Amino acid sequence: MAECHPVGFQWVMEAKARGARIFHVDPRFTRTSAMAHRHLPIRAGSDIVLLGALINHMLSGGHDFREYVLHYTNASVILNENFRDTEDLDGLFSGFDAETSSYDPETWAYAAEHRDETLSHPRCVYQVLKRHFARYTPEMVEQVCGIAPNDFAELADAVVANSGPDRTTAWVYSVGWTQHTVGVQYIRTAAILQLLLGNIGRPGGGILVLRGHASIQGSTDIPTLFNLLPGYLPMPYAHHHEDLDSYLERAAGDTGFWGHKRAYMISLLKAWWGDAAHAENDFCFDYLPRLTGDHGTYQTVLDQIDGKVKGYLLLGENPAVGSAAGRLQRLGLASLDWLVVRDLQLIESAMFWKESPEIESGERTAEEIGTEVFFLPAASHVEKDGTFTNTQRLLQWHHKALDPPDDARSDLWFMYHLGLRIRERLAGSTDPVDRPVLDLTWDYPEEGPYRDPSAEAVLREINGYDADGETLTGFTALRDDGSTSCGCWIYSGCYADGVNQTARRKPGAEQSWVAPEWGWAWPSNRRILYNRASADPQGRPWSERKAYIWWDGEQWTGHDVPDFEKTKPPSYEPPPDATAEAALGGADPFIMQTDGKGWLFVPRGLVDGPLPAHYEPHESPVSNLLYGQQANPVRQVYPRPGNRYNPVGGDVYPYVFTTYRLTEQHTAGGMSRFLPYLSELQPEMFCEVSPELAAERGLVHGDWATIISARSAIEARVLVTDRVRPLRIQGRVIHQIGLPYHWGSAGIVRGDSANDLLPIVLDANTHIQESKVATCDVQPGRRPQGPALRALVRRYRRMAGIPED
Amino acid sequence: MSNSLYGPLPDVAEDAGYTEPPERRGFFTDTSVCIGCKACEVACKEWNAVPDDGFALTGMSYDNTGALGASTWRHVAFVEQTRPHQVGDGVDTRWLMASDVCKHCTHAACLDVCPTGALIRTEFGTVVVQEDICNGCAYCVSACPYGVIDRREDDGRAWKCTLCYDRIGDGLEPACAKACPTDSIQYGPLDELRERASARLNTLHEEGVTEARLYGEDDSDGVGGAGAFFLLLDEPEVYGLPPDPVVTTRDLPAMWRWAGGAALALAGGVALSFLGRR
Repeated sequence: MAECHPVGFQWVMEAKARGARIFHVDPRFTRTSAMAHRHLPIRAGSDIVLLGALINHMLSGGHDFREYVLHYTNASVILNENFRDTEDLDGLFSGFDAETSSYDPETWAYAAEHRDETLSHPRCVYQVLKRHFARYTPEMVEQVCGIAPNDFAELADAVVANSGPDRTTAWVYSVGWTQHTVGVQYIRTAAILQLLLGNIGRPGGGILVLRGHASIQGSTDIPTLFNLLPGYLPMPYAHHHEDLDSYLERAAGDTGFWGHKRAYMISLLKAWWGDAAHAENDFCFDYLPRLTGDHGTYQTVLDQIDGKVKGYLLLGENPAVGSAAGRLQRLGLASLDWLVVRDLQLIESAMFWKESPEIESGERTAEEIGTEVFFLPAASHVEKDGTFTNTQRLLQWHHKALDPPDDARSDLWFMYHLGLRIRERLAGSTDPVDRPVLDLTWDYPEEGPYRDPSAEAVLREINGYDADGETLTGFTALRDDGSTSCGCWIYSGCYADGVNQTARRKPGAEQSWVAPEWGWAWPSNRRILYNRASADPQGRPWSERKAYIWWDGEQWTGHDVPDFEKTKPPSYEPPPDATAEAALGGADPFIMQTDGKGWLFVPRGLVDGPLPAHYEPHESPVSNLLYGQQANPVRQVYPRPGNRYNPVGGDVYPYVFTTYRLTEQHTAGGMSRFLPYLSELQPEMFCEVSPELAAERGLVHGDWATIISARSAIEARVLVTDRVRPLRIQGRVIHQIGLPYHWGSAGIVRGDSANDLLPIVLDANTHIQESKVATCDVQPGRRPQGPALRALVRRYRRMAGIPED
Repeated sequence: MSNSLYGPLPDVAEDAGYTEPPERRGFFTDTSVCIGCKACEVACKEWNAVPDDGFALTGMSYDNTGALGASTWRHVAFVEQTRPHQVGDGVDTRWLMASDVCKHCTHAACLDVCPTGALIRTEFGTVVVQEDICNGCAYCVSACPYGVIDRREDDGRAWKCTLCYDRIGDGLEPACAKACPTDSIQYGPLDELRERASARLNTLHEEGVTEARLYGEDDSDGVGGAGAFFLLLDEPEVYGLPPDPVVTTRDLPAMWRWAGGAALALAGGVALSFLGRR
């Protein structure tokens, strides 16, 4: 966190100054470890074993927060008698189809008979959980993660001591948890632990994800993701969602706040198509494009290579350096007819046809690459108005400080004027396929000499309007009759009362410690989600020290905006046929869930199992010690030329590597490698190795090393450091190599890209690549130049018995 | 003004000729909370338009800056330490980070040796090079006991931290302190900073961090106390700081006295020789 989020890390330092104990779990000793009380080096890709052992510790030691668990989670739910756990099927859950490598989640659903409040029924979630995690022992942690039992005990004791009515523990993670073939289940494991300890919905608790860029949270809320619409409404699928009703039936549950999905969706359609959207035409639901499969970034790249994708727009993204399997990324770009790159600098993804490892090795020449590249310079964040949404869902407005230079324009300008020009071309068209574009509400006020669309007008559209054109006060005002419009239901209220709430900057000293008047947090300016859980079932704070919101006899009140209906009493019991939030009881804090409970066991929504299980990374030096099933059975693999995988174990690729960022550089380098003041601070690609590995392979500090995988080979300067330590795993020594991934073939400082080593292998829930762990070999010296580079990679593949490309 | 060149000096600005100067300002750099982000280095260069200082990997941990110099006015040192556990097996790793800067000495040798008056004492008690007066003679370079000030090869002039003279006069804090996310770099009246530092030191000692110590806060030290002082977690040498810096002009009066005596003796000898010839 200190490495990649130094500004946010100040709050960890403040917590430390106030007595918080900081543990840092990471393969390497980083700047974060330097500040932590304790650093626990871990083998990359084994976190579920560590977290699972903590869960086992809580359950077997009776350390769970029983009243919280009983009332606020689904611990007491009885499961289907046909459900089989990984305990029964050696690492698989029931419903697995080996032919399609997918699960049918039918048996994961709850049984009809409902709950056992004593938590003793053998099929209740609590007991299933207990059995499931029983094999996650401190000994297993030692064998799989490389963390000694006394170190584990120190962590477990600290977490126990710091959880309960009086105290809360927070877990903070970043892409070190998400970028795995089991990434979602890493976070699920943390969620189970936090629910068992009562650390969700309470001040100082939670699971905090640190996003990789400014406003990545915002680009999930109003998504750049192919399968989501704004506010986490799903994208419709061809054939499944023929009309609005069939879409809404599958979009989300009918109980809890998703019960208003019709109002959210129709208001979105009204924001996009205005008067053209009405009840008779399903509010233009047919205008939405439909999914026909996986259109994620990696599938798209493979489709480019296969000639199925002809044009591509890159906005502030540098996949030639920043995405896994860099060579395939660049080959994809080289297969396009046209490419638009909007960036601050001439990044590698704009210059791949001229400078790239493929050009250098002679594999491609500029003459034979037919891609027409349009580079459009972009405005930086100080050159445009807009919001950042940070990880705590806080929207903060930023004002333009100066005009962008020369031809540089904001993305908002680009999209708006692109839309205007396309509509100009289509004007007068009678072809129904053009209606969705022609009917769009595309009428933003323009500002300044470049005719910038007003960013505040866009924010107002996102906030939404009522039938009279007044800005909405929040999402509860949304209606499903077409009388309201709203560009993103969870953001509704960010422009309440006609005021840009996100631009508020009242200093912390002038308001309460929750600071509700700094920016605006979705939903409804709530700073902690599910904060009903900060009070006990009767509505009283669990303790004075952790009091946050409470029931005062007539309504919910406290330090934050209650994440609950203001006047629903703790004693409320829903009538049998109730829908939406009325179907949830007065002691059901998780108001987005259909049953209002925190899900220890997930009956639906995940494709790889209702409970987390440890699977080895796709490329691993060891076999899975927990189950016969080696890796996540539903992970997405793409065995094809250019994407060959290193075999499990073996001595051709004997070492583990992990990729990461440094404070001084930013992701794929577009915002840092072109700036002298940042480039001079980390001027060269390097690899971090332990003294033991350096001795084993003859690597010399400050000299060069070549790192080889089945995809490519790269060179890096060697940093031999005690901050990387070999681990003893299953009786043998496992070496891990650290590789920052910032460098490429453009910029002030240049170097090889770590991502060239990675394969495309994905988490099936999110389609996120496993870039935190893979295997490789390392040898002293620089890599071969020219055609000899690919020859080296081929020679290694032959040694490992990997099919030829 | 018997202490103008050495020893404690109650008001350095007054000593320099200011009447009723503002409180002396300085830096307290608490390295125990430095996370090594180098925001201080970048903010300093941005504000002061200091050029880049080369693009070479040093191999000295994450420090690719190397040292303070004409184009590096803040420098974050990274020190990797590994020691065996005090009890049991295994090793403890410690990664010390510390942002170094010009000390703005009470007795600033750079200033004292400057023949053109380019180096001045400001009303805030800080030491600043006036770039339009510096003639590049480099006397200051060899005079600095910390090796802070240096000449740029291209323009020949001497450059160093100004403690953001153009910011603090407007009531702003220096760029490095402003950018520091963990308040490792604190700016303010020196007396206040010394109090804060002593409280912080006590806290760390109570927490068992007995190796914590202050560096440069003592006005009876060799430079009369530094305007920019530090809390360190190890010996100064570990961070590349001199353990016992002494202002190089300390012995100037004595040297003049010796030189004067020698000159007198010489003159006397010459006179005698003339007398002797008679």
